[in-house]
Amino acid sequence: MPYLGGEETVRELRRALSNPNVQSDQLRYRNTILKVIRAMSQGVDMSGLFSEMVKACATVDVVQKKLVYVFLCSYAALNPELSLLVINTLRKDCQDPNPMVRSLALRNMTNLRLPSLVEYVEQPLAAGLRDRAACVRRVAVLGWAKLHNLQASSEIDAAVVNELYSLLRDPDPVVMVNCLRALEEILKDEGGVAINKPITHHLLNRLKECDIWGQCQVLRVLQRYRPQSEDELFDILSLLDASLVSPHPPIMAATLSLFLSLCSGQPAVSLAALERVRGPLLAACGSGSREMRFTALCHIQLLLRSIPGLMGAHYKRFFCGYAEPAYIKQRKMQVLVELVNDENVAMLLDELKGYCTDVNAETAQAAITAIGRIGRSYSDRCLEILTGLLGLKQDHITSAVVQTMRDLVWVCPQCSDTVCFALEGCEETLQDSQGRQALLWLLGVYGERVSSAPYTLEVFIDGVRSEASLGVKMELLTATMRLFLCRPAETQDMLGRLLHYCIEEETDMCVRDQALLYYRLLHCGIEETRKVLQGRRSDPSLGVLIGRPAEPVSQWARSFNTLEPLRQGSIETESVSRGSPEHTMFDPKPNADLSNTLDCSRIEKVHSDGDGRCSDSSADILASSVAAPLSLSLFPALSPEEFERLWLQQLALHAEQGNEMEKGYIVNNTSQRFSLSRSFPFIGQDLWLTRARRPAEKDEEAGKEDFVWMEECVRCPTIPRCSPQSLQAAMQLVNIQTLAFTPPQTLPWRVYLYTHTCLDDAPHSTLILGELLYTGEEPQKAEVHKGSADGGVGAEGIEDEQARQGMEATADGGQEAVKVTLRQQPRDDKALKGFLSILTTVLHTLSSERA
Amino acid sequence: MISQIFILSSKGDHLIYKDFRGESGGDAVGVFYEKVTALTGDQPPVVMSHKGLHFVHVRQGGLYWVATTTADSSPFTIIEFLNRLSALVKDYCGSLSEKSVQMNFALIYELLDEAVDYGYIQTTSSDVLKNFIQTEAVSSRPFSLFDLSNVGLFGAETQQSKVAPSSAATRPIQSSREQGGKSEIFVDVIERMSVVIGSNGMLMKADVEGEIRVKCYLPNCSEMRIGLNEEFSIGKSQLRGYGAAVRVDEVSFHQMVRLDEFDSHRILRLCPSQGEQMVMQYQLSDDLPSAPPFRLFPTIERDSGGRLLMYLKLRCDLPPKSAAINVAATIPVPKGSLSLSQELSSPDQSAELKPQSRAVVWKIPRFTGGMQLSALFKLEVPGLSSASLLEVGPVGLSFELPKLTATGLQIRFLRLSPVQPGPSQRWVRVP
Repeated sequence: MPYLGGEETVRELRRALSNPNVQSDQLRYRNTILKVIRAMSQGVDMSGLFSEMVKACATVDVVQKKLVYVFLCSYAALNPELSLLVINTLRKDCQDPNPMVRSLALRNMTNLRLPSLVEYVEQPLAAGLRDRAACVRRVAVLGWAKLHNLQASSEIDAAVVNELYSLLRDPDPVVMVNCLRALEEILKDEGGVAINKPITHHLLNRLKECDIWGQCQVLRVLQRYRPQSEDELFDILSLLDASLVSPHPPIMAATLSLFLSLCSGQPAVSLAALERVRGPLLAACGSGSREMRFTALCHIQLLLRSIPGLMGAHYKRFFCGYAEPAYIKQRKMQVLVELVNDENVAMLLDELKGYCTDVNAETAQAAITAIGRIGRSYSDRCLEILTGLLGLKQDHITSAVVQTMRDLVWVCPQCSDTVCFALEGCEETLQDSQGRQALLWLLGVYGERVSSAPYTLEVFIDGVRSEASLGVKMELLTATMRLFLCRPAETQDMLGRLLHYCIEEETDMCVRDQALLYYRLLHCGIEETRKVLQGRRSDPSLGVLIGRPAEPVSQWARSFNTLEPLRQGSIETESVSRGSPEHTMFDPKPNADLSNTLDCSRIEKVHSDGDGRCSDSSADILASSVAAPLSLSLFPALSPEEFERLWLQQLALHAEQGNEMEKGYIVNNTSQRFSLSRSFPFIGQDLWLTRARRPAEKDEEAGKEDFVWMEECVRCPTIPRCSPQSLQAAMQLVNIQTLAFTPPQTLPWRVYLYTHTCLDDAPHSTLILGELLYTGEEPQKAEVHKGSADGGVGAEGIEDEQARQGMEATADGGQEAVKVTLRQQPRDDKALKGFLSILTTVLHTLSSERA
Repeated sequence: MISQIFILSSKGDHLIYKDFRGESGGDAVGVFYEKVTALTGDQPPVVMSHKGLHFVHVRQGGLYWVATTTADSSPFTIIEFLNRLSALVKDYCGSLSEKSVQMNFALIYELLDEAVDYGYIQTTSSDVLKNFIQTEAVSSRPFSLFDLSNVGLFGAETQQSKVAPSSAATRPIQSSREQGGKSEIFVDVIERMSVVIGSNGMLMKADVEGEIRVKCYLPNCSEMRIGLNEEFSIGKSQLRGYGAAVRVDEVSFHQMVRLDEFDSHRILRLCPSQGEQMVMQYQLSDDLPSAPPFRLFPTIERDSGGRLLMYLKLRCDLPPKSAAINVAATIPVPKGSLSLSQELSSPDQSAELKPQSRAVVWKIPRFTGGMQLSALFKLEVPGLSSASLLEVGPVGLSFELPKLTATGLQIRFLRLSPVQPGPSQRWVRVP
């Protein structure tokens, strides 16, 4: 903020500075210099006074010296020649008996940042390293780093580097830490200061002498150390344990960072360390400084990625304070969503509901989104709240609610009834384009269930001329087309008007092109149009999985204690990246929508890419299956509900038909699946098929249906440790759709999947549903396991060869086998065999990749 | 590693600017202020980036304290340092405001010069720094406790006159060296209580975060002993005895506190350095020893004229001897509320409709224990529907309770050694 008349000020000050009367009066001289610095820090250009200030430097008054140095260091780069004049004074000061004057001179000599002065600076710096006073040595050590950066090309003398290394043993802790810092900068090209065993142990022993800033620095440098033995590692860890629970957040964070890098090979130790910092981190969350609270919150989010249940009991600590800034509230809500479980869900939703009417629109929106996220697991309660919010008739709330509903319906199609009912009438309050797009999408996809849909669309179409948003127009086109497919009589006229407007009058190319596309599509016939437009209504992939699977610590360890977690949007907002239906509509997943069939030859390639460690039996099967070309397809898609209905119905029927033992197992299995979300104490770590379960409907026809049921064991021990994403990707490559998973490392580990087979010579395709189950080491599970293998023998449709195989796998695989339960409808043994071999190959390939 | 540090006033005036490494040239201050003003809300995020420049800032005393740094530096360290820096400036300049920073800029440059070299934090201990700092602080309004001695009306030594205003501790630490004789030490017990009460009167959440702060103006104090309640217990597992035991969940101490007498007698021993230090921090959640100090009984209805009627009764459950001050109740009201008419029970209270924050703020300067106040607000809300009633609430209440702690923590005694010459006077300070 430059003063008006800065020139005038400069002239006046120059007159004062060169006035001998002022110069002789110390107080007046100092006050004049103060005025110069004040103007300087307010942004007035004072460089014109450089020579006057150089003169003022030669004084015995330390305060005045300091002030002049502040000035000189700011403007030296503009006046390199005049700066030479200062050097003499500075060098003289370096000989001063007062250590404070010596350190001051040395520091400012290096702060001038003029390459031309380097030759004059080196000698006093070298002397400074051996100075009696610690404060001079501190300055001198860092001075070398400054010198190095000033002249990166010139090599710093090896003798200096050696001297710096030896100063690591300086009695003053700040000198020691400064040596580390200087060496890090000087040796940057060689990877920084050498961290070997003696240096590490020396630093660790002296850690306690340093203040918190020094400790943080030392801990940071030590991250590069790799202990030579496990004993040494644990010695270091126990030495640092006190720092890990330090009340000072910087030390706690630096220590945890060090722990994570030291224990990168020992996940269990890392997890234990995370548990240990829970207390200090929570304390930092309640710190008086809101910036510190925010930092701690962001880092808690990182920790939750690896241990979702870490803060479960402390959810109340994340309730928003009434006067907290919006950025803290939004982070807290993100954390709250992660902590939800059966016990606290009512409390949490009550709290979140209170935030929905926050004055800050962004906070309100975040709260509504958070409720939507919880709605994936507790849809009824959340929909009730969301519907209630629509009653407020406020544009930003309604918009957020409609968007949230769209995202929710995309992953939980069973909510659609409630959502369709709630949609009536909310178009009146919607103002922003995002909200209207969401409404249009919902009307297009569920148009047949919203009675007023055509009238709502008509209002939009009538106003299309004044519509400014491109997204809304495109969405309107798609929605009208979709509605036309299910309610042609009501929609035909307005669709015509819309297409006419978009093709004839619309100036935007995107909209016009899309309208033309639809127009031509309609020419191709209604069936073609239906095929193109009626895609999925819900996300077929990870939708039923609640919560995030636990990530390994190494995924985020590097960004811990950096600025990264504090950035806005650094934690991916899943609702946007995953669920947004437009995303998939305009940018379809290549392997899900485009290639609905995949030939078996690709599988062969996959197999040959993997190594030869597959068991002989599976190779045999593969060979036999390749003989009859089999292709898998994901089309038509199967919703999780349908899957569940078929699977349970099948199980029940199977149980009725099977023998006693089998029945016991299956009933057991079913009940286990039903109570899954309640039977595990650590909610958030296990599988949750989240939907409100509908009881299996026993169709009359079901009994007549032709189906087959088989069980098989595949030996691939590392599969359960695989990440769901890679498993899903691998399965999708061969057109097998995975529907639900447990997070890796949990027992029992399950995956549910389905596909359609299509044999070239077979008249029709078959549907295969499957479950992978890994029960782990528990002995009674192993029994069940064996029993199930026997059941496999008893089950119809299993040929001898496969049964033998299953037995073998159980025998030699022991508890490491993954049990595969398959169900095919209608029955086709050849296709089933082929599918099994493909599945086995995929599992083996994945397994060998892991190993 | 810190590249630059600058202090900005809330209006964007440059108060202090120091570049430590000369790497990221250009107009960092301008860029920062542009980013701050470009945001709609008044609460810019703590970390902002612009072309490889990373700004980390804290707000203290209405000022922006900003550091620019590299992406891989520790946010904990930088935020802690900026907080510490502002505390140092407060210690040295007496108080923290735009004015005090402007008046003492030379001193702050000096502080920064000693605290940070080449972007590396050297020291922030006021014991070390006081040897280096030469500049005198300029204080706008020096205040001494001794001014209070003759406050008593007609010479009567009332209890009231022993209460020093909170500004008593806002003077620079350095000046004590010259003026001499004013050996003062302030020990503050400050508790922040946050309580959430459901509409049915149930206590949903209660948290107390407390701290004991020592602000020391003694030039030479070798040791100080602070005695806490003897019944002070930590953690949930310990059995509670009879009587008024004081319990907290977690406690942490400043590193200079020696705890050898803590376990047996609940005595903290420390050698305070000049300036302000947080000696002890503690937390208590969920299980408050006493009832929350206020109860609110709201009634909300629509009258026949389409107005919103809010009848609030607020009761103070404190003991009659104590009183809450600066009580402010914030009642969120429906969007589009136009005007407010009010009936308050005494003239010193005030209520105001704040349209931008969509709330009615009801202020009560002093609220004695056992009293009950009531207020009737009538709001003109066009298009009031039954759904709008959902927007009313939750009511927020902020207040200060002098001479009272929610946990019951008290300072039993304060002993200094060597014994200070002259008579000592004890004061209670209003926060």
